[in-house]
Amino acid sequence: MNLTLHVWRQANAKDKGKLEKYAANDISPDMSFLEMLDVVNEDLIAKGIEPIVFDHDCREGICGTCSQVINGIAHGPDDLVTACQLHMRKFNDGDHIFLEPWRSRAFPVIKDLMVDRGAFDRIIQAYGYTSARTGGVPDGNAVTISKVNAERSMDAAACIGCGACVAACPNGSAMLFTAAKVAHLGLLPQGEVEAARRVRAMVEQMDKEGFGACTNHYECEAACPKGIKVTFISRMNRELAKTLPMAHI
Amino acid sequence: MILDGKCPTGPIEKSWDKHRQDMKLVNPANKRKYKIIMVGTGLAGGAGAATLGELGYNVEAFCYQDSSRRAHSIAAQGGINAAKNYPNDGDSIFRLFYDTIKGGDFRAREADVWRLSQVSNNIIDQCVAQGVPFGRDYAGYLDNRSFGGAQVSRTFFARGQTGQQLLIGAYQALSRQVKEGTVKLHERKEMVDLVLVDGVAKGITVRNMITGEIESHWADAVCLATGGYVNVFYLSTNAMGCSVTANWKAAKKGAFFANPCYTQIHPTCIPQTGDHQSKLTLMSESLRNDGRIWVPKKKEDCEKQPHEIAEQDRDYYLERKYPSFGNLAPRDIASRAAKEQCDDGRGVGPGKRGVYLDFDDSIKRLGQKTIAERYGNLFDMYEKITDENGYQRPMRIYPAPHYAMGGLWVDYNLQSNIPGLFVLGEANFSVHGANRLGASALMQGLADGYFVIPYTIANYLAQVKPGEVKADHPEFKKSKEDAEGQTKKLLGINGKKTVTEFHRELGKIMWNNVGMARSEASLKEAIKRIPELREEFWTNVKVTGVGAEVNQQLENAGRVADFLEFGELLARDALHRDESCGGHFRTEHQTPDGEAMRDDENFCYVAAWEYKGTDKAPELHKEPLKFDNVHLAVRSYK
Ligand SMILES: Cc1cc2nc3c(=O)[nH]c(=O)nc-3n(C[C@H](O)[C@H](O)[C@H](O)COP(=O)(O)OP(=O)(O)OC[C@H]3O[C@@H](n4cnc5c(N)ncnc54)[C@H](O)[C@@H]3O)c2cc1C
Ligand code: SF4
Ligand code: FES
Repeated sequence: MNLTLHVWRQANAKDKGKLEKYAANDISPDMSFLEMLDVVNEDLIAKGIEPIVFDHDCREGICGTCSQVINGIAHGPDDLVTACQLHMRKFNDGDHIFLEPWRSRAFPVIKDLMVDRGAFDRIIQAYGYTSARTGGVPDGNAVTISKVNAERSMDAAACIGCGACVAACPNGSAMLFTAAKVAHLGLLPQGEVEAARRVRAMVEQMDKEGFGACTNHYECEAACPKGIKVTFISRMNRELAKTLPMAHI
Repeated sequence: MILDGKCPTGPIEKSWDKHRQDMKLVNPANKRKYKIIMVGTGLAGGAGAATLGELGYNVEAFCYQDSSRRAHSIAAQGGINAAKNYPNDGDSIFRLFYDTIKGGDFRAREADVWRLSQVSNNIIDQCVAQGVPFGRDYAGYLDNRSFGGAQVSRTFFARGQTGQQLLIGAYQALSRQVKEGTVKLHERKEMVDLVLVDGVAKGITVRNMITGEIESHWADAVCLATGGYVNVFYLSTNAMGCSVTANWKAAKKGAFFANPCYTQIHPTCIPQTGDHQSKLTLMSESLRNDGRIWVPKKKEDCEKQPHEIAEQDRDYYLERKYPSFGNLAPRDIASRAAKEQCDDGRGVGPGKRGVYLDFDDSIKRLGQKTIAERYGNLFDMYEKITDENGYQRPMRIYPAPHYAMGGLWVDYNLQSNIPGLFVLGEANFSVHGANRLGASALMQGLADGYFVIPYTIANYLAQVKPGEVKADHPEFKKSKEDAEGQTKKLLGINGKKTVTEFHRELGKIMWNNVGMARSEASLKEAIKRIPELREEFWTNVKVTGVGAEVNQQLENAGRVADFLEFGELLARDALHRDESCGGHFRTEHQTPDGEAMRDDENFCYVAAWEYKGTDKAPELHKEPLKFDNVHLAVRSYK
């Protein structure tokens, strides 16, 4: 296939940035999207043009590193995949493809398609953990956990921290990401004891980082490569409500 | 030189407990005066940094990704072993110990493997306390599955995302320490050199991958937990950034590199489709619990659709050759067996480099729903990559480079031969011998990080004065200048070939000559061609851009430059080891039916190599291996 790419090029955080046009020729439908970009980059290097910078590592949809808005959709047109799992067979010969970085105030652009998602780490550092010390914990079977809760906790824990939910949200909200962690830990007896403090601290940090508010667009769920459900957001709101003074009345 | 692994003596059951009692402690009030650098935030590094921080040390952790949560450990799918014996099927610490020693073809240290088996049970408890959502049964108890190379169900799992969940657990523990102020994280910083002062590890030199700045960081001890090197083959199951750089730079400063030729080729990967490919995807070996592996008996049938091939025309070769382990034969054996079938012209799929992994029988027996519950995400992944439905037609699999059993040499305390330099996880050589059994790398990473290094590093630190050397020491300046010099050199060549082209070429040499089967001739060929390629690299590579900003080509160029030196060492080690063992298969040493033949009389040792200069032969040091608790025996899975 032969395709035309329109790629966001931005030298650094201060640069204004603009779309540049490149040809992607002889692309096989078996290639992944990032392999297609590799081919384009090899071609650019040969021509002495600086290759397109994009973030990636595992290339199998689990590390959450890759992050691109492809034709206006975070991670591109396929359902439940990251950009690295998208295959060129989803495109047609002659297509024009638009590539942009995640756009959100809380994720500054570093270069081209690469952004800084440090805000997510800081949300976890605020209280996205259980306070278990190493060693001296009870036997793993000492506290039973119902299969249903373990599975629902796992549904939430599957979040890869990619940030597509933020990129897709018109408000740039990080609710889905934060709610997933709150549910993952809150659904287990080991995490439940500190649930109230956790929710408060994480939501506070989220606001501090400059993420927008959630106004129920559900774009996050649609963009999430791991199928994390917005129901976790309502769960988080309930947890949060419990921590408000009102709840004690 | 004969190396001493410093293993405790006496009955093995008591060895770790006794050793722990004998080691020195650091006074709690003094701990924060010591600074420890941890390079790597995977299972080994993340767990280690979190635990050391929790103990009160002043820890700085580094990784090349944008977040410590993205270390390559995240990709592990299948599970983690422990000798809990919850299923009551006869498991014990001894049995896990025995399986691991045997699985590694008697080329691992007994004491280290014992300790690993012993602490494996603590790991599961620890992870549960952190909120790792392991699979549970309906009564609420932990569930298990079995894995290649074992006849008991000792593997704990969190769907097909076990590595992810364990790493998230460690990452969360690490995040907690960041908030406490005991750990400082340095993301997007790549270690490009190790700094020694008077022969003792005192810090590292890193490249800030955003600004391009070369920085110096001092510490009282340096830990490397930087993962494995199988990207030397170019195509592998590893993440794109995995490299040998940290280890190799340490080796060039005098750390011995042990058993580099022990690489694991994993049998259940999705076959390659073309030259554009950048990596190979692994599918968890747990699939072999319910999938049956076969190829057509007749070459003419290879072109047919799998369902058109009658039962009696299929060769379930693992079940035929290894009746007691069948499809669960260990990885090296299953990989070689697949290669044999394909070499014999009975491979399937494009390029005929594939064998079938068939779920038809188990779907008939258990129903598609159960299979989907057990492995659903793997079926989805397979379909995304191949556009084929694994429930309706057998999957196609082929072996791919996957794991490094070799690594920097360490003693029982995880300390390398350089004082103050510790090595954890896949980056060290210690517990797997010549072959790693499934679900044991995660176990090793977490054992090293949570339960070994916190004790053994104290023993070292108790004997050094904190903060004696700082980053203003001339050695740091020298190392920094070297690193800057390398950047300048790479950017200045402005040749004709891209970094990827060189990496691909190196990978071809490695895979063809030092891959699943090696011979004296093929190894000599590799040892001749790698230096030629290396020379071409340094005169003809093209690296665009500048050093003082994000430059992914430059990052890659540095990694490939190191692979071009290390690949030669790997081949040399394989050539010197004139026997077959585990993942190291020399075609000269096989039984008439193609099984590996070890030579215990001459090769029952760890080969630790000392770097002597890039164009000079390295020097071999040996650590003899003793087997007091398991009898050296022919490794048979029949
Ligand atoms: C696809 C796949 C599936 C697997 N499945 C299983 C399984 O089911 N069970 C099992 O037991 N094992 C499995 N393994 C093996 C296991 O995942 C790894 O061996 C293990 O996770 C390695 O952990 P580690 O902490 O040693 O290194 P890694 O997780 O690789 O971490 C390396 C760290 O070092 C950092 N680093 C590296 N070089 C530098 C540098 N120069 N400068 C700065 N930082 C650096 C990286 O940023 C990273 O943080 C699997 C492996 C793969 C590839
Ligand atoms: S919730 Fe989904 S989209 Fe958001 S970070 Fe997690 S995996 Fe990515
Ligand atoms: S590169 Fe890891 S999720 Fe895409």
